[in-house]
Amino acid sequence: MDNSASPLIEIESLYQIFGSSPESVLPKVKQGMSKSEVLAETGHTVGLRDINLSIRRGEIFVIMGLSGSGKSTLIRHFNRLIDPTAGKIKVEGDDILTHSAKDLIQFRRHKMSMVFQHFGLMPHHCVLDNVGYGLSIKGEKREVWAEKAKEWLETVGLEGYEDQYPSQLSGGQQQRVGLARALCTDAEILLMDEAFSALDPLIRYDMQSQLIELQKKLQKTIVFITHDLDEALRLGDRIAVLKDGEMVQVGTPEDIILNPVDDYVRDFAKDVNRAKALKVSHIMSSKEQQVRDCESVDDLHDTLSTSKAVIWTKAGMLQGVVTARSIEACQNGSTDSPIEHTLSVNEGDYLQKVLPLALSSSNSILPVLNEENQITGCLTHLELANALSPKELEA
Amino acid sequence: MSDHSWLTEFPDMSRRELLGIRKALDGTYRDFSRAYGDQIEAFFDPLLSFLIWFENLLLHTPWWLILGFISALVYFLSRSWKLSLGVTVSLLAIGYFGMWEDTMRTLSIITVCTFLSIAIGVPIGILMARSNRAQSLITPLLDIMQTMPAFVYLIPVVMLLGIGKIPGLIAVIIYAIPPVIRLTNLGIRLVPQETLEAATAYGATPTQRLFGVQLPLAMPTIMAGINQTIMMALAMVVIASMIGVKGLGQPVLKSITNQYFTLGLLNGLAIVALAIMFDRVSQSYAKRAQRHLGDNQNG
Ligand SMILES: Nc1ncnc2c1ncn2[C@@H]1O[C@H](COP(=O)(O)OP(=O)(O)O)[C@@H](O)[C@H]1O
Ligand SMILES: [Mg+2]
Repeated sequence: MDNSASPLIEIESLYQIFGSSPESVLPKVKQGMSKSEVLAETGHTVGLRDINLSIRRGEIFVIMGLSGSGKSTLIRHFNRLIDPTAGKIKVEGDDILTHSAKDLIQFRRHKMSMVFQHFGLMPHHCVLDNVGYGLSIKGEKREVWAEKAKEWLETVGLEGYEDQYPSQLSGGQQQRVGLARALCTDAEILLMDEAFSALDPLIRYDMQSQLIELQKKLQKTIVFITHDLDEALRLGDRIAVLKDGEMVQVGTPEDIILNPVDDYVRDFAKDVNRAKALKVSHIMSSKEQQVRDCESVDDLHDTLSTSKAVIWTKAGMLQGVVTARSIEACQNGSTDSPIEHTLSVNEGDYLQKVLPLALSSSNSILPVLNEENQITGCLTHLELANALSPKELEA
Repeated sequence: MSDHSWLTEFPDMSRRELLGIRKALDGTYRDFSRAYGDQIEAFFDPLLSFLIWFENLLLHTPWWLILGFISALVYFLSRSWKLSLGVTVSLLAIGYFGMWEDTMRTLSIITVCTFLSIAIGVPIGILMARSNRAQSLITPLLDIMQTMPAFVYLIPVVMLLGIGKIPGLIAVIIYAIPPVIRLTNLGIRLVPQETLEAATAYGATPTQRLFGVQLPLAMPTIMAGINQTIMMALAMVVIASMIGVKGLGQPVLKSITNQYFTLGLLNGLAIVALAIMFDRVSQSYAKRAQRHLGDNQNG
């Protein structure tokens, strides 16, 4: 991943305790007393415990967890809708917890916008006024913001709805308004709290696609909350998993699927459609083992003595798959070439796409190409099988 | 035996002690009203002059002009010809039965009471909605105001300010203001959390939140409170007339003491007509103003 970009948002040992006197309970929580013990002994709810995060400019950072795990609580700290019991929240290096009330308002107006699970639209404003809300409370003139609001409405596919009221729109349309409102302020950071969770599956999928398209153009930094791993995998550059207010794992989508740190994460990953979530590059084996670059088929003999099949390249150009059997057949004269086939797959392909190809090929090995059509490795049936139904899933 | 008399009779304090307490309290209050009564009256003077001015305005303007104005106002607020016509006919009937002047007097005091109740009640309601402590302090006060018989708080008001318009006005407001306070508080607290969070998240100041989100969304509830306040103010008209508030209440009072059934009935009906007018107009105005909310208020 891109490590050169400095983090845009950093959260350091953040604690949130709900109750009448959180400070007095904080030491106990820091000593590691469990959520249920704290509740039983002090009547306080541990909302978040020792959260550390750093979010890079331009990425979609997904926070995932079951309902009640503290996702909404966490995201509401980013723009200080909630103040933490302890910890630091830095945006571009500034600790926003030190902002005065006035600074905070300026910060919210310029740096972040937010999309809500139940849309959070103003029922007494028409669609256009809702989209322009962020700009209008900044004191911008109506002529100015109305133009921008119209453009964003068009972008989300709602031209012509300017004068309708939110109650006249469907859920999906209302959330498009919510999205347009968030984009209209030009804030760099977009907070989305289960923005698509209240929508029907098909509409949700559409909205995800639209967000992905927009993100390609806009390159915002998006913090996206969801309880749905499929959504997390589809949108997230990185995913953080939250459990009972604790961060149990942060990683790339394939990290979460392939290397879950505990049963909680594994449970999440269990029902996910792996063929749709994993790419060839995540599971392929490297070049050295089964790819040979040489002048002629005859040079492959020594390799074939240790492995059944090998991918032959000549001066970097893919020739095809060669097996001991195929060479034998060629020598017998039953075929005229020892090369079996030249089907190949791309690194960036999802497993779903390569699966039929792999199954229809007579060999258990497929060459993998990168975007420049250079061969970078190979994909075996065994790797595919392991990735799609790993042992821990069978139990 | 006498040791156990508390078993059969309530061990109350002696009459003399009670008398002492009463004397002390009454005396203190009387001294207080003697000392400060004039200042307090002076404080209310501008309000009194306004009340008199407004009443005279209604009394001295030709009846047809007022009738036309009210009908037009009703139409403007409700956009309903039927309602406007109904109001006109009722007012004509009231005038025909000789109750025009009293009705104007009542109308003037009710109007002023309503506006004062809104002006005082809405801010108190907002305060209650913002602070749980304010809510827990004010709620019992409102309970007392609504259950304490009106005559009881008439006594100190009259002791302090004598008989007349201002004490009447104060009594009516004390009785009628609780609904507008309660429902302002309730309406603001019922504003969907997410909508308010959205305003905050986009950088709305507390003032922008109050006037841009909370009050507009609480408006249907606040309007219901105002409506109730008007109704309660009208219900106080007769009691207020006992301390010198002129209007439809006085003939009713006279009918009770002299057993004039028809006179009482007519004036009572005039009060009812006023009540219905206020009610329908304020309700249809509220409905019209909130039409865009549709049936889905949670947005
Ligand atoms: N204001 C609050 N007071 C007390 N407890 C709260 C408050 N807000 C959230 N919680 C608790 O914090 C936990 C996390 O809630 P939330 O962040 O809403 O979860 P999620 O969004 O992941 O479903 C829950 O146990 C909830 O009961
Ligand atoms: Mg939530």
